[in-house]
Amino acid sequence: MPYLVHSEEDRQAMLETIGVASVEDLLTDIPAGLRVEALNLPPGLSEHATMARLRALADRNHLFEDRLCFRGGGVYRRFIPAAVAAVTSKPEFYTAYTPYQPEASQGTLQAIFEFQSLIAELTGMDVANASLYDGATAVAEAAMMAVVHTGRHEVAIHGFLHPEYAEVLRCYADGRGFRVIEGVPGPATAAVVFQQPNFLGLLEEPEALVEAAHAAGALAVACVDPISLALLSAPGEYGADIAVGEGQQLGLAASFGGPHVGFIACRQELTRRLPGRLIGEARDGAGRRGYVLTLTAREQHIRREKATSNICTNHSLCALAASVYLAYMGPDGLRKVATASFKHAHHLERRLAALPGWSAPFQGTPFLSEFPLRVPDPAGLTRALGRQGILGGLPLAPFYPDRKDLADVVVFACTEVNDAAALDALVEACAAPVEVAVR
Amino acid sequence: MTEALLFEKSRPDYRGPRLPEAGVEAPHPLDELPAALRRRREPELPRLSEPEIMRHYGRLASLNYSISENFYPLGSCTMKYNPVANEVAAALPGFAGIHPYQDEETAQGALELIWELEQALAEVVGVDRVTLQPAAGAHGEWTALRMIQAYHQSRGETRDEVLVPDSAHGTNPASAALCGFKVVEVKSAADGRISVADLESKLSDRVAALMLTNPNTLGLFERDILEVAQLVHGTGAKLYYDGANLNALMGICRPGDMGFDAVHMNLHKTFTTPHGGGGPGAGPVGVKADLVPFLPRPLVQREDGRFRLDNDRPQSIGRVRSFYGNFGMLVRAFTYVLAMGGDGLTDASRDAVLAANYLRARVEGVLELPQAGPCMHEFVASARNLGSHGIRALDVAKGLLERGFYAPTVYFPLIVPEAVMIEPTETESKATMDAFTAALEEIARLAQDDPEELHAEPRTLPVGRLDEVAAARHPVLRWKGGGGQP
Repeated sequence: MPYLVHSEEDRQAMLETIGVASVEDLLTDIPAGLRVEALNLPPGLSEHATMARLRALADRNHLFEDRLCFRGGGVYRRFIPAAVAAVTSKPEFYTAYTPYQPEASQGTLQAIFEFQSLIAELTGMDVANASLYDGATAVAEAAMMAVVHTGRHEVAIHGFLHPEYAEVLRCYADGRGFRVIEGVPGPATAAVVFQQPNFLGLLEEPEALVEAAHAAGALAVACVDPISLALLSAPGEYGADIAVGEGQQLGLAASFGGPHVGFIACRQELTRRLPGRLIGEARDGAGRRGYVLTLTAREQHIRREKATSNICTNHSLCALAASVYLAYMGPDGLRKVATASFKHAHHLERRLAALPGWSAPFQGTPFLSEFPLRVPDPAGLTRALGRQGILGGLPLAPFYPDRKDLADVVVFACTEVNDAAALDALVEACAAPVEVAVR
Repeated sequence: MTEALLFEKSRPDYRGPRLPEAGVEAPHPLDELPAALRRRREPELPRLSEPEIMRHYGRLASLNYSISENFYPLGSCTMKYNPVANEVAAALPGFAGIHPYQDEETAQGALELIWELEQALAEVVGVDRVTLQPAAGAHGEWTALRMIQAYHQSRGETRDEVLVPDSAHGTNPASAALCGFKVVEVKSAADGRISVADLESKLSDRVAALMLTNPNTLGLFERDILEVAQLVHGTGAKLYYDGANLNALMGICRPGDMGFDAVHMNLHKTFTTPHGGGGPGAGPVGVKADLVPFLPRPLVQREDGRFRLDNDRPQSIGRVRSFYGNFGMLVRAFTYVLAMGGDGLTDASRDAVLAANYLRARVEGVLELPQAGPCMHEFVASARNLGSHGIRALDVAKGLLERGFYAPTVYFPLIVPEAVMIEPTETESKATMDAFTAALEEIARLAQDDPEELHAEPRTLPVGRLDEVAAARHPVLRWKGGGGQP
């Protein structure tokens, strides 16, 4: 039996020490009518058979090559240095518990303190927390911070925020009892939330958005792409109050959507409103520097029903991965990654927009490494590309069923790994006439 | 022994790694981007070579306790062995490399895994359908309460209270408050179990749900659970199960059969996914038919042997996070479930109960045991008997760290003074449990003979007790550059 350590002798010895005849004597509190005969599940498999089963399932997914992926929408296939997995697969990190006993957890505590510092630097904000679940819940947490801080009950989304992030925000809002609107802030607005670059890859004008939010007495929440911050103005530079985002691009595998890592950072003044874990510096009796979970009075296990949020955890191992990635890249590496992605995307956009029947629906709006194009027959295109092993751009129709102007728009993403031959292959495949689908 | 920060080792002139240049001719972003949108000040990220980075993290790793080296007797955390096969499975490129927005036909293996795991968990806990979306335990708890809230709203009923036992984990009331519920505490009886009389007095048509853990946070099975369920349902409220203690019950009895309407689970406890130093985990929630319409979307459906994502769920509460769940953790849990099977999961719970009672019998006489036995998979002791020497639960915890054991949960549940909550799990050998007992006995002796020694522990760890009060008073939450000696 896998993973069970006791022999029958061990069990007998333990029963003797306890002073009972069998385990059944320990289960007498359970009403007889509740006892199950057996679970209706197949018996356990050997490791060999288990892994064969898992491999068969994995093989039933089509794994697109990194270089032939042109679909983003919040998750991007990039180069992940070997160092990342080498660190996160160390059992001292991945089998460690939450660092409540700091003396035995300095490895985790320091690594996450470094993560907090890296995110604060990257976003240009004063303080970052120890990470959240994902970009979507990070947006929701920032909105709740603003609601608590301002005492107002409305959050305004500006522009193309990732539709799933907006849906998650609404789920939290419906529970908590605040409103989510789309449009300009007013006297009831606690926060304006915008995404940079937005879900279509286009660039917003953050300074104007921050100004408008502040003029209405609302906080400005910027949901940002971490790689973009190598090139684009950082939230701290344009006066945002809270910066959030998804850290998947910092060394995390796509993994069908999770686990990834959300980040949240804010101005000094809002520190005590931050949800989740915070790690701070501390000294021991001998004056040695160490790290501890701190400002825990904010958190659910102390404040209980008075906490801002209920979040009890962070995505610690994912935050560790992101830290290793950022350490590996440094500012030069990050800029190279962002620049190569930019160049690939701009090259691709020019060539695709020139194809017959294709056009750019938002001419003149700058983008970074993701861009929207109007294409003939998005669904047919996706299928045709798929048959050639290419994961094409993301059709917007399913995300915006009520927007006729987006019905035939597809968003293409490039990263640094889409080499020249891959770009050629995509353009050629897009240029070929699409076969009419036979249903 | 402490380690310098990445930033402190950085050298300003170190050039970054070799990376592919753009393979095509195109304008440079700093020429193309409008000036107003460009970064003004480069982020001060550290500049380090790969050898230095690997050395840094290798040394940090050596500063941690972890399940791979240490026993974690943490009550309600179920710190059982993390099977290495799970890691291999999650890293398979066919899982790790797939994009969540790939067309469904190209992700049939992933969708099948999600569906199979859902079916297995539904069978273990006795529910109709399960959402695997929530990213963590507290997240799942809030998801369940949102569904219950939506259920009552759909019936036009205003129910703004949630009942929570005074022995409950802190996330219970916090999750309830996140849904705008008023939290009302239900008292425990003298034996630590929920007081049915107090429950009855607090039930009304304003109550949306009662949240319960079973076994409770004292490790005791709530014998009156069937009566409790009847009372709760009689007022039209729902019964929520906190799955922290599910490891006591697999194959023995099922929360769904007890009458629970929403059953929360922790994959990072009962189902062996590793804690990662604080996450990621996963907090699935199983529900009975009444609550199925409100499940987060999408659900995975099976039709004619094909799997699809069903977004057509008009009463769904929506999404609780992006995409479908912490898929990498779902792979790990599924691998464990396959390897264990129904028989293995049952044996796991039986061994967990046996081990806890064994350890309880060994701890008797060393620490106080406020509750009569037997317990289920965990028990709560109290360090109150050492109090006359000035020794508290905290000192016991630090003394255990010094002796190579991670400390048990201390000061929880709140209803036991100087609480020490111990859960060995089924994957700790008798020898380990005996060594743990010996360490406790030594601590108890020191409490009497040399309490000052205990107050000074841990001595041999990388740092001694840290001044958490000062850390909170003047928080330093990031490296700021310059100043501060390691």
